[in-house]
This record gives sequence, structure tokens and C-alpha cells, in this order.
Amino acid sequence: MICHRIGSSLAAAALFVVLAVGAAAQTATPDPQDFSQIAHGRYVAVLGDCAACHTKPGGPPFAGGLAIETPFGNVVAANITPDRDTGIGRWSDEQFIRAVTQGRAPGGVRLYPAMPYPAYAKMTTRDLIALRAYLNTLTPVHNRVHSNQLPFPFDIRLGMVFWNALFYTPGTFKPDPHKSADWNRGAYLVEGPGHCGTCHTAKNFLGADEPSRYLRGFSVQGWFAPNITGSDHVGIGAWSVQDIVSYLKTGVNAHSIASGPMADEIEDSSSHMTTSDLRAIAVFLKDQPGGETPSGQAMATDDPVMRAGEAIYTDECSACHTAAGTGVTRLFPRLSGSALVQSAEPTSLIHVVLEGSRAVATDPAPTAPAMPPFGWKLSNRQVANVLTYIRNAWGNQASPVTAGDVSAARRSLASNAP
Amino acid sequence: MARKLPATDVVVIGLGWTGAILSHELLQEGLRVVAIERGPWRDTASSFPPGYAPDELRYAIRNGLLVQPAQTAMTFRNKPGQTALPIRAWSSFLPGNGVGGAGVHWNGQTWRFLPTDFVARTHLTKRYGAAFLPSDMTIQDWGVTYDELEPHFDRFEYLCGTSGTAGNLQGKIQEGGNPFEGPRSRPYPTPAQRQPYAATMFAEAAKELGYHPFPQPSGNLSQAYTNPLGVTLGACTYCGFCERFGCGNYSKASPQTTLLPVLVRDPNFEARTQCEVTRINVDRSGTRATGVTYVDTSGNEWEQPAAMVLLCAFQLFNVQLLLLSGIGKPYDVNTGEGVIGRNFSYQTTSTVEGFYDNRIFNPFIASGANGMIIDNYNGDNFDHGPYGFVGGGYIGMIQTNGRPIETTPVPPGTRRWGAAWKKAVADNYLSSIAFFCSGSEYSYRDNYLDLDPTYKDHLGRPLMRMTFDFHPNEVKMSAYLTDRAAEIMQKTNPRQMVKHPRTAPYSVVPYQTTHTCGGAIMGTDPKTSALNRYLQSWDVSNLFVMGSSAFPQNAGYNPTDTVAAIAYWSAKAIREQYLKHPGPLVQA
Repeated sequence: MICHRIGSSLAAAALFVVLAVGAAAQTATPDPQDFSQIAHGRYVAVLGDCAACHTKPGGPPFAGGLAIETPFGNVVAANITPDRDTGIGRWSDEQFIRAVTQGRAPGGVRLYPAMPYPAYAKMTTRDLIALRAYLNTLTPVHNRVHSNQLPFPFDIRLGMVFWNALFYTPGTFKPDPHKSADWNRGAYLVEGPGHCGTCHTAKNFLGADEPSRYLRGFSVQGWFAPNITGSDHVGIGAWSVQDIVSYLKTGVNAHSIASGPMADEIEDSSSHMTTSDLRAIAVFLKDQPGGETPSGQAMATDDPVMRAGEAIYTDECSACHTAAGTGVTRLFPRLSGSALVQSAEPTSLIHVVLEGSRAVATDPAPTAPAMPPFGWKLSNRQVANVLTYIRNAWGNQASPVTAGDVSAARRSLASNAP
Repeated sequence: MARKLPATDVVVIGLGWTGAILSHELLQEGLRVVAIERGPWRDTASSFPPGYAPDELRYAIRNGLLVQPAQTAMTFRNKPGQTALPIRAWSSFLPGNGVGGAGVHWNGQTWRFLPTDFVARTHLTKRYGAAFLPSDMTIQDWGVTYDELEPHFDRFEYLCGTSGTAGNLQGKIQEGGNPFEGPRSRPYPTPAQRQPYAATMFAEAAKELGYHPFPQPSGNLSQAYTNPLGVTLGACTYCGFCERFGCGNYSKASPQTTLLPVLVRDPNFEARTQCEVTRINVDRSGTRATGVTYVDTSGNEWEQPAAMVLLCAFQLFNVQLLLLSGIGKPYDVNTGEGVIGRNFSYQTTSTVEGFYDNRIFNPFIASGANGMIIDNYNGDNFDHGPYGFVGGGYIGMIQTNGRPIETTPVPPGTRRWGAAWKKAVADNYLSSIAFFCSGSEYSYRDNYLDLDPTYKDHLGRPLMRMTFDFHPNEVKMSAYLTDRAAEIMQKTNPRQMVKHPRTAPYSVVPYQTTHTCGGAIMGTDPKTSALNRYLQSWDVSNLFVMGSSAFPQNAGYNPTDTVAAIAYWSAKAIREQYLKHPGPLVQA
């Protein structure tokens, strides 16, 4: 991909379209002789983070994954190796593209949007064909996967016809000629193969994106995928483009360290992306509107909850995160000024305090420091107090966390335990 | 009957400091490394998180991180001819266990031995004449010099981020550092830790007496540091839970905080924990190791063939495994012949306690390597001629902890129990200190290790037997050092001062130091050493033995930096010489 390196003028954006279309036309079929196409396909698999769902940890690559938790029940990612009986070896290229971009597998089987086909719909034919070319080179693995583990009525795949009619928008990504090549490349990556909104955009009661809350954060599987828009207070507006690139490439930057599901994403996907693609993603994200900054005031320091929280913080947290909440770069996340700490939903904060969490390890930042669990030690009230404190100390400002929030999270984490 | 596993390139026995260092070095050569560790996997957040890492009862009293005597013990006696009895609770010294080994529960004191320490016999004989040394003293030169080791000391200190003030930079003496140290190629990677009041008071008094006090070099870091492998450590919080504890906030240098994050990412590295190596196997010629046999927790026996075996356990267990494997000639105290178990040694520590009026020391503001030191009486830094002994040690005020169960200082004469004792503890807790003397212990003909004829471990193997006592040379030295420490303390006007010089006989009961050494020493002559100057077994050329078991005698410093330096030195020889031409690196 050279297109996004060209300047940011309108002409360049137009050239981007021409190049993309031209490239697609040149490579209409997967060619096992075409090294470049296969290499490109491998990179597309990285962009799409296919392995995250389709490879079981420790299992053979792409031979089917772990159960993916959805609010409706579990869905297991398919075997996408070229095995003819249990994989996708018998599929034509058209069938492959239809499955990835429209959620329709051969035989009229409707996929569930746990497979993010509404995002993959935006992918170019060139990328999809290259991806197929790469998948064709994998070792076929005989592994029959029973994808549909949903309870009635969600197990009726035909229901997806109506879902698609309501929420699915067909059509590949259309660049915005008023934006730079970087911005357009970033938009393609974020909206298409990167499918960032799958976690970071709020869903309605049927599990479809709410466009008005695009990338403004959502709770998924006991974690809050934070607001990643350009908002200073609730998003990542305070991060420079380089900060975002560093975070996605290495898992750490001066503000934060990735853990939870984002640690997996970085390890499997974004740490392998090119720096120019990561920069493009950063440019696009920083241009996204983040919604209103919440008004209000931080809780008073002499509030009894704040005092109780401060005492717990001093005893249990300050040795690593420091008394001033500044953390240690590359080791302990900064709490003061952190958008995640001040996010409307404290889901991730409660999760991390109760169960602990290990940061991602990458070659440039291999430390993988971990937060130990405190759920065995602190009561619901104590967790609530210390979280309320960090959300309102050092200039931070966010709603208090209640013991009820912590109690609910405890129950939910226990029921989701493997 | 052991089940045989597929061969690997390198087997590492014991995944502590040296096991981690050697694993990392040989992975750089593309070799497959299998590390076999007797104890459990250990990781900061899961094994000693801040939520319970500072549990004094669990770790300091009940020895939570040490090997349990039920798994491995040894027997002890002072003199040949006595009957040795099993040590049933560790206390004089504290052998580690598990991944990280003693590198998890050390204090972090990071010293280089002196240039003259490595040529002890040559140097002392030249300066004082051969007759000055006791006739039963068996000290030797190491076969490696300080100058050869300097780059490897430097490598380890930069791996750890060691905090200190250099005293000798490329031959130029530096203000505020240790003027007696060997030249260093560059400053410490991070500045010295901050000093609490007692250490500052010691330094002022020492200065008045014309000494050159300097901060203790510390593996508990003064500031956050990212090492050359990209692994990041935090800054020490002076919590005072270092020795016997794992550091909960990533600020003490250990294999966990420096090397293991990189090792676990390497697909050619594998660690098998809770597997105890019972034997190093050799072929019929007895000159080549074929691998190791180990037992897992289910009692299954496995044979792991390997092209090279690296023995990286704690000093005592290195010697034990060599004896049990029949590698090298066991030392015979009657003839003085044999090398395995020979020159076992220890250190001669002592203290001076001070009880003060109107001085508050806050002993809980502490780190394991936080203090001010003078080195005027270490090694051969002073003329021993008038005193009739050799060796020495550093003297310092090191505030390692004020932990409540262990820190109960009371003046002599206080009742040992009841209300009077409690009142005395309360009165003296904040206002008493101890100056520490870290004295050397040279090696002697009748201090050694061998296999016990009576006692066996849970696998039916003989326990190792330790025969050890302090000799008049060390007792004299300890009295001399303790007097010098007392002179410094006298300058600070204590209400009461109590000297505790070390005296014979040695007892395994009071804690003294974990710095056991020797028993498989390095040297230049296979008749008097088990290993050549590259830590390669003279007998089995594809076996290398790391650790302080290679020290021919002990210096007056904590050993970790020197243990690591000779490990890197050995690794360099393996990488640059041995792998190209496997075989003896030195012709006997």
C-alpha cells in the first residue's frame, strides 16, 4: 500500500480511488503463484484480526476458535482453513466474499454479526481476494465447529434476514474527497477490516451499532471499550498522533498501557501493522467528534467517600500508581487526567480492581506488568470508594461508583468465569 | 525407569539469576533451551502482589519463598569426626526456590569484588609472604581477573539498572563514591538511593574519622529504568520488605523484572517448573554429559537429553548434584585430594548495636540495599601486617527494614519476656540501630561438603553434609572490624553500645548471611579446582557450572554482582569459543 503516503490534497485522494480500483481489477482471482498477493492477504488478515476469533489459543491457526460471548448467547468462530469438509476449502471466491461482506455462507446459511460482516462489507475486492489467496495457503485442518450455540429464538438463523434489513448497509468504503489520503486510509481501516466499532461503538438492544454514538465507548464482556474519538475529556484527544501509533504498535505510551481485550488486539493485530497505517488510523480517530464533555464538579476532597477512598488508595495503590496518580511510563498506567478513569461507565475499572489484569507484551515493550486482583481483599464498598476517589482526585471528575455497581460486576464476572 | 524425551540443545538446571542469564545468552545463538526448575513458576503480580507481599509472618518467619526442608535439606557439623545432624529449619542461611531463585528474595546489594580478591593468594603472598597465611588456609586465585570481568559486571548492572555512585571511573577517583573499588568503565545506570537519617549520621561520623563513606550500590532502584532488553522497572518505595520477600511493585532487580519477560516470548525457550533434576547423566567415558534425569510432582521420571548441560542452581545444590551425579572427584578431607566439595566457605558477619536518647531513626523507611558504607577495611584495602590476619569487610549502616516481628531491639539485661520486655521494645524500636560488618571468610582444608552417610531425602538420595567452622583468622578479623564500627558509633553518642563480633564455633541457628560459596570452584589446575576459568567442568566439557560454588573463597561483599559477572564471562566463552569448537576450552 503506497497510496496513503502521498500528500493530503484532493488530487491525492482522487488518485487513491483510482489506484484502489485499478489494483482490484488487476487481481480478480486468488493466484497461488502471486507472492505479493499472498503477502498482502496475510497483512489483510492482520488488519482484520481474523486470528482473534478464528484461532483457538494454542490451537492450529484459523482452524476455529473459542466461543465468543454475545448478549444473546455464544457463537463459535468457524474453521477457515482450506479443509474441504470442515473448513472453507469448497467455497468459491464469490461465496467467500459474500460470507465475509454480507454474512451469507453457502447454502443460504445466515451468519451472526459476531462475525463483523457489517464492517467487512466496506473492504475492497482487492483486499478480500488477497485474503482468500492467503487463506488458501494455510494447512487444512479437519476440525468441525458447531458455530451456533445460541438459545431459542436467536438460534434461528433466518432471523438475520430481518436484522440485516434493519441494520446492514451494503457497499464498499467510499473515500471522502474533502479529507486527506491519511484520513481516508484511516477511515477505511477503522470502519472496514479493523472493525473498531464492533467493540467501541454502543449497540442497540438488537446488537446493532448506534451511529450517533460512533466510537464513543461501549461495555463488552465485562470491559469498557473506551471512547476513542478526538474528545479531550472522554476520548483520546489528549493523545498525539504519535501517542496513538505507539500505543497500537507497542501497547504503551506516556498515558497508558493496554490490557484486557485490547491487549489481545495489539498482540495479534495492530502491533503488526505498518507505522503509516497506524498513523492513518490515528489521524482519522482524532478527527471523530466525541460528544459533549460532561458538566459538573469533582467530588469534594473532604467528602467521607473520598477520604475513605484516599486511605485505601494510599495503602493499596500508591506504591505503583504513585501518590499523585501519575503512574510510571511503560509500567503503571497514569490515573490522573486519564479519560478511561473518568469514563461514564466504570466497567473496566471495576473489572481490573476485582480481577486484576496483565498488560500486553510486545517486542519493543516486553515487560507485561500486571495489576494484581483485589476482589479477595476489598469489599464492594471499599472498591467503590477507591474508584470514586481516583475518578475525582488530581483534577479528575466523574460520577461516583456505587457498591451496587461493584456487586453487579462481581456477579457478572463470576457467571462469565470459564 | 525414566521416559526419554526428544533431545534439546541446552538444558539449564535451575531458573534463577544465572539460569536466566545463560538461557538468554544462548537463545541469542539460536539454540533451543529447556530450563528445569525444582520450585514453582513465580511472577510479580500472581506470586507476590503488593496486596500480600509485605506479609512478614508468611515470608520472613515461615520462609514462604524458600525451599522447604522436607523437599531438600542437608546435615551439618562443625568438625570432621563429629556426627552431622539434619538442618530441619533454615535460619543461618536461606536457600531460595522457584523461578527467580534467590534473585527473588535477595536484598539487592550489588557489589563488585575487589581486583585483588580475584588474585588473593598471589597478592597476599607477595605483600606479606607465604608464612603470613595460616598453613591450613586453602585460598586460591580465581583464574580470571577483575579487568577481564569488568565488562560483565557492567552488563549485569545495566541489566538491573543498579543505583549507585561510582567511586572509580576508568581509574579516576570520584568524589562521593567508593575510592577503593576497581575501575568501572561507566557510571551506574541510575543514581544512588536516598539515605535515611541513620545512614546519614553514620556517614558524618565516618567522615570525621577520615573515612570515605559512600552509598550502598542497590538493586532497588532510585528511579524507573528501562533496561537494554526493553524491560521496565519502577522506583523503590522504601517499604522495607526486600530480603525474604518478592518485590510487589517491580522495583527490585530480579530475573522477573529484567530477563524473564523476554525469555517467555522466545519460542526456543521452555521452562519446566516443579521438576527436580536428580542426576546429570554422563556417557560411559565419563567425559561427556548426555542430559539430565528429573522427577515431576507425580513422581514420573523423565530423561531430557541435551548437547550441553548448564548447572545453575544455588551454590549448595550445585555441589550436591555434582556429588550425586558422580562428576568430578569428591574432596577427601584426609588426603586433601579431590575437588567436589572442596573450599566450601561462608562469610563472617558482625554488628554493633546502638541505643540512643533523642534520636529517631524510623527504621521502617528502608530498602534492602539502602545505606552508607566505608570500604577502608575490606579485602586488602589496608595493611594487615600489624594485625596478624588476612581478609576484611565493609562496614555500614544499612537500614534494610523495621519489620515488627523481627525488629525488637532491647538493651542487654532486659528481661526476655513479659511487660518489661514489651516496654523495652516500645522504648527502643525507633531509637536503636545496628552498624553491620560484612566480613570475608577464606577457605580452609577442613571446611567442605560431602554426602552424608546416614540421612536421605524423599527421593532416597543421600543428603549433603556440611562441615564448617570459623577459624582464628576470621575471628580476629571480625573483632577488628567490629571495633572499627564501634569507634564510628561512639562518635554518634549512643546511650549504650553493644558489640557483637563473630566468634567460633559457627552455629546454623542465628541468621548471618546466605552467602555460602565454594565446593565446585574455578581455577587453573584440575587438581585443585572443579572448573576451569570459564566455569567449564574439567572432567565433563559440555557441562558448565554457574554460581558462587565457583568462588575459591569468599570476599567481604554480597556476591550477586560477581556471580552474574562470571556467568556472563562464561556465556561469552561458550558463545565465542565453545560453540565453534565444542570441547575443553583450557587444556589441563
